[in-house]
Amino acid sequence: MSDIADRVKKIVVEHLGVEEGKVVENASFIDDLGADSLDTVELVMAFEEEFGIEIPDDAAETIQTFGDATKFITEAS
Amino acid sequence: MFDLTGKNALVTGASGGIGGAIAAALHEAGATVALSGTRVDPLEALAAELGERAHVLPCNLSDAEAVTTLPKQAAEAMGSVDVLVNNAGITRDNIFMRMSDEEWSSVLEVNLTSTMRLCRGVMRGMMKARWGRIVNISSVVGATGNPGQANYAASKAGMVGMSKSIAYEVASRGITVNCVAPGFITTAMTEKLTDDQKTGILTNVPAGRMGEAGEIAAAVLYLSSAEAGYVTGTTLHVNGGMAML
Repeated sequence: MSDIADRVKKIVVEHLGVEEGKVVENASFIDDLGADSLDTVELVMAFEEEFGIEIPDDAAETIQTFGDATKFITEAS
Repeated sequence: MFDLTGKNALVTGASGGIGGAIAAALHEAGATVALSGTRVDPLEALAAELGERAHVLPCNLSDAEAVTTLPKQAAEAMGSVDVLVNNAGITRDNIFMRMSDEEWSSVLEVNLTSTMRLCRGVMRGMMKARWGRIVNISSVVGATGNPGQANYAASKAGMVGMSKSIAYEVASRGITVNCVAPGFITTAMTEKLTDDQKTGILTNVPAGRMGEAGEIAAAVLYLSSAEAGYVTGTTLHVNGGMAML
């Protein structure tokens, strides 16, 4: 697993308080990992900080799963 | 009680009577304050009076771009915005049948839309800090209505509904959003009233007197404090009993 995916996973695990094993490629933050809409906003904020990137609101809306997040961040950074 | 040491507060309309009193009360409780308003001279004078921990950030609230920038400027000046007091407001009174679109939209823009923009602008920092206090200054007429003030009353009632909605969304993050609704308060705005007008108003005020700016400031100080952490989405009416809501 890439370095980016590890860092994203760490943020998700810490923020949502879920087991690492549950954070798989297709895991949906809301449906599978128990996030509410505010959690998803905060996750995006945490990603921006960790990776020093800007994630615009319309892009943020497309980040629904762990895989979406790593893909977006890999392309952006 | 009500110690705001280490907290940073942005107050709009700080060049006016009520806003100035709010800023002074928060400052006295230990907060660092950013004083915003359109008129620079009174802001500078207030900052000089307060001494340390006071910043002047002039802003025209009808300028969307300036409003969007204000929270950033405040955070740069103070390090964060922990307390936001949306106090600035304007009136463009007219009987409803003669009210122009411009009179309507300018009041809604400054009183309601700028409040929304400022709330949005400070939210990120408050979410991260897991702590925040937003106090929006509404008005008794937002709840009761007032002839000649359809625009003003709509903007002030709008603040209440907006505040409650935001309060719902962010309560779990330690952020509270409340309103203070002043009644008739002694300010430059009410000084313009004639004695007859004042007497007429006071017949509807059980307390039998106008309120003082300091009495609004005290309500804001309470809602800004750590002690008020379980109070959110509410409106604190400070009106001498004029409307018991």
